[in-house]
Amino acid sequence: MNIKVLYFARIKESVNYSTEEIALPVDISNINTLKVFLAKRGEIWADLFSGKQVVRAAINHELVDDMMAIHDGDEVAFFPPVTGG
Amino acid sequence: MSVRVQTADFDVAAALAEMRLASADIGAVVSFIGQVRDINDGDTVNTLTLEHYPQMTERMLASIEKEAQSRWNIVNSLIIHRVGTLKPLDQIVLVAVASAHRGDAFKACEFMMDYLKNQAPFWKKESTPDGERWIEAKTSDTEAQERWQQS
Repeated sequence: MNIKVLYFARIKESVNYSTEEIALPVDISNINTLKVFLAKRGEIWADLFSGKQVVRAAINHELVDDMMAIHDGDEVAFFPPVTGG
Repeated sequence: MSVRVQTADFDVAAALAEMRLASADIGAVVSFIGQVRDINDGDTVNTLTLEHYPQMTERMLASIEKEAQSRWNIVNSLIIHRVGTLKPLDQIVLVAVASAHRGDAFKACEFMMDYLKNQAPFWKKESTPDGERWIEAKTSDTEAQERWQQS
């Protein structure tokens, strides 16, 4: 399945880009397994996605928790806790 | 109910007048304005830059308005939030609520602001004489939102 992934704020600066298309292996089915998958990409990614930092997720513009399922064509976003207002 | 996310400044008096004059069953308008401070964590703030997640921002703010409307008797509400680079004394956000009686408007305005702080996808980065840094989320803001879940 193919998804679009967006990064914001501190996370965007760490990975050095804001968006990418990812063809997911079949065993990646939710936010949690996607985080584990991304954490294997290298040191920066492990630092972000192995649970040391709080990383929030959204699917198709809705805040979701780590067990939320991902579907083909979804827009997944990762970002730090929000600080607006 | 309306939501605006914009780089431009906003005219509070004009926005409130528009709300107030929209309907004669409005007896109260409560508003909150957030502005940029010149000091944070003991350091001088030169500028504050707000990033957001377009599409999700508008959707989240609209859902916060809808939730407030389901809890209190509200005639109308408005959220304006700025993005981009701001300087001290610049306005950041306006939350305004119109209702028949003041109690609903006071509560709904505070509720909307507390939820905005915790759920709307905005991120602040400040520029100080020592460089740039992202602002960390505060546990006091999370606690402010949790109050509304208990009641």
